[in-house]
Amino acid sequence: MMKTISGAFAAVLLLLTQPAAAQLKVFACEAEWAALASALGGDNVDVYAATTALQDVHKIQPRPSLIAKYRKADLLVCTGAELELGWLPQLIEKGNNAQLNPGAPGNFEASRYVTMLEIPAKIDRAQGDVHPYGNPHIQTDPRNIGKVAKPLADKLAELDPAHAADYARRYQDFNTRWTAAVDKWTAAAAPLKGVPVISGHKAWAYLYDWLGIREVATLEAKPGIPPSGAHLQELLGGLKTQPAKMIVYAAYQDHKPIEWMAEHSGLPTAELPFSPGGAKGTDNDLFATFDVTVQRLLDAAKQSPQS
Amino acid sequence: MDRISILARGAALAVFAPLCVPAQAATGNVFNPKISLILSGQYAHYSNDAEAEMPGVVLGPETEFKTSGFSLGESELVMESNIDDRFHGWATVAFENEGGETVVAVEEAYINTLSLPYGLAVKLGRFYSDVGYQNHQHPHAWEFADAPLVYRTFLANQLGDDGAQVRWLAPTDVFLEFGTELLRGDGFPAGGDQRDGIEAWTAFTHIGGDVGSGGSWRVGLWHFDGNAVDRRSGEDVETGFTGDSRIDGIDLVYKWAPDGNPLVRNLVLQAEAMRRSEKGTVVYDPDGSGDTSAYDGDQFGWYVQGVYQFMPRWRVGLRYDRLSASNSVANPVADTSLALLADDASTPQRYSAMVDFSNSEFSRFRIQYNRDESRPDGEDADNQFIVQYIVSMGAHPAHQF
Repeated sequence: MMKTISGAFAAVLLLLTQPAAAQLKVFACEAEWAALASALGGDNVDVYAATTALQDVHKIQPRPSLIAKYRKADLLVCTGAELELGWLPQLIEKGNNAQLNPGAPGNFEASRYVTMLEIPAKIDRAQGDVHPYGNPHIQTDPRNIGKVAKPLADKLAELDPAHAADYARRYQDFNTRWTAAVDKWTAAAAPLKGVPVISGHKAWAYLYDWLGIREVATLEAKPGIPPSGAHLQELLGGLKTQPAKMIVYAAYQDHKPIEWMAEHSGLPTAELPFSPGGAKGTDNDLFATFDVTVQRLLDAAKQSPQS
Repeated sequence: MDRISILARGAALAVFAPLCVPAQAATGNVFNPKISLILSGQYAHYSNDAEAEMPGVVLGPETEFKTSGFSLGESELVMESNIDDRFHGWATVAFENEGGETVVAVEEAYINTLSLPYGLAVKLGRFYSDVGYQNHQHPHAWEFADAPLVYRTFLANQLGDDGAQVRWLAPTDVFLEFGTELLRGDGFPAGGDQRDGIEAWTAFTHIGGDVGSGGSWRVGLWHFDGNAVDRRSGEDVETGFTGDSRIDGIDLVYKWAPDGNPLVRNLVLQAEAMRRSEKGTVVYDPDGSGDTSAYDGDQFGWYVQGVYQFMPRWRVGLRYDRLSASNSVANPVADTSLALLADDASTPQRYSAMVDFSNSEFSRFRIQYNRDESRPDGEDADNQFIVQYIVSMGAHPAHQF
C-alpha cells in the first residue's frame, strides 16, 4: 500500500512540475456548448465535453473522471436552469475548483441568455419531474445557440485577454455563418408549420416554438416517468380523434416505447440528434446537427399518411 | 375536449426535467435551505429468532437486525444550503426505530469550504467518514436493505464522528485525491470515556477514471486508527473494550451503462475488504460480573455485490459477505461474550438477493432475501425476508458517485 501511495505521489509531483498548458481549459456540460466553445475558441481553447448526445443529461453519474476534469478547468459552460442538478453540485463539492463556483468568473450558464419556455405555474411532483425555471433544453432552437454565442465569446475573451481579438474575429465569422444557416433551415422547414406530432419526452419545446410544430401528446404520461403500457394504449386510442403526423424522439431515449407506438399507429418516426453527436456526422458540429434535425423532420413528414 | 389533449395539457404544465428539483416557488422562501424528507419503512421476517450475535467479534451499538414485522426504517430530514460564497452547510436528522422506540439522532451536521485554493477542501462538524465506498452513503442510497456484514461488525454499520476533514484533489487527468480526518473518537470502533482530544483519525486515497464510453471505476485505500476506553457493545448485557482498534481497507466500484446512458440498462459492481486489529482488554458485563480478559485479535471481512438494471425501473442485485477472525483471548469465560470473541474457528457468511422497482427517481420498493449464516456454529441458518420502501420528498441533493 505504501508503495502505491508513494508511486502516486511521484506521479503527482511529475505532473505538477510540468508547465501549464497555455490553452484555456473549458469544461462543457453538454455537447452543444462544447461544439460552440470549440467554434469560438479554435486552437486557443482545450474543450472537454462532460456528456454525449447518447446520454440523458439529467442522469449523469458525478464520476471520478468528471471530478478530475472539473478540477483542472478554467471555464465551466453549462445550460444551467437546473438541468445538471443531479450531478453538477457533486462536481462543485468534490472538484475543489473555486474558479468555477456559481457566481465566479469561470462559471457560464447558457440559459441566462435566452427566453425560457414552459415555466410551470404549479410545482408538484405529482406532475412528474417538474422544472421550476422552465424547460432547460434550449439548444433545440438554433436561434438560442446564436444568442449564447456572443456572451460566450465575450467570456472567453475576459478569461484569456491575450487572445481577445481572436475570439472577436471568430465570433464575427461564426455569427455570419450561423445567421445564414438559421435562415436556410427556417425556409426549408416551412412545410412543418402546424404539423401535429407526438414526442417521446417533453424535450422539444424550443424546436417546436421555432418551427411552429404542434405537440399533441408525449409518450411519457408525466415527465421523467417511463411510459406504461396502459398509457401507450390510451395514446393510441386518442390518435383517432387527435391525429398526429409523426413521433419525434431523441437518440438517447429508450427506443422500445417509440417502436411500439410506431408499429401500432403506423406513424413515421424522426430520431433527432438532440445534441451534436446524436446522429452520424454531427460530432462536435452544430451546423450538421441542425442539417440532420431539419432533414429528418421533413423526411418523416413526407412518409406520414395523408389525412 | 378529448383525452389526448387533456393529457397533453397536463404534461405541458410540467416539464421534462432533472433528477432533483428544489421546491422553491416564487415566494419569499428562496433563501431557505433546500429541504428533503426521506421516508422508509419495512416488513421483516426471520426464520431464526436467536439473538443476532456473531463469533469472533464484539458487535457495536445499534447493530441488531431490523425489527421483526412492520417497522419504520431510517427516515431522514436533510437540509442543505450554501452559507455564503465560501461555505456550504448540510444537516441530516434521522428518525430511527431502535428496539421499538423511536430515536431522533443528528447523523450529519457539517460545513464545508467552497473556495479554498490549490484543490483543497475542508469539512468541519459531524459527518460520515470518506473511508471505504459505502460508508459515505446514507442508508436510503444503499443497494441493499442492510449493511454488509463487515460494515456491521467493524464499524457498527457506518463510521460517523465529530471532527475535521482535509481533502486534496490532485490536478491530474486521472482522478486522484488524498484525505485525512481527525476525529473526536466517538464513532465505533473507537468510543467510550475520556474523549478529550483527537481519539481517532483516518487517512484515505481514491483513484478513478473511465473505461471506454460506458464504464467508470474508483479504487480506494484507507486506514483508521482509534482509541477506545470502556467502549460498550450496546447489547442487553454489555461488553466493554479498552485498547486500540486499527482498520486497513480497500474498496472498488465499477459502474457501467451502454454509452454511459443508464436510462434502460446499467450495472454497479462493488467490493470492499477490511482487516481490523484490536489490542487491549475486554470486560464482560462491566456493571455486573466483570469478567476480564486480555485480547489481541485480527479480523478480516469482505463483501462483493452487483446490481443490474435490466429494464427501466427494475433492478436485481446479488451480494456475498464473509468474515474470519484470528483472536487471542486469555480468559474466555464460558457463556459470555469473551468465549464468543475467542470463537475464531467459524467463518460467518451471508448470501443476499434483492429486486427493486423505482416508479421515479423519488420512490423505490424492494424485496430482499438473505441466507444469513453469521451466527455461531450450531445455530440454524437464518432465512431473512425484508420488504422495504424508500421515498424522497422535496429537493433531494445529488448523490455521490
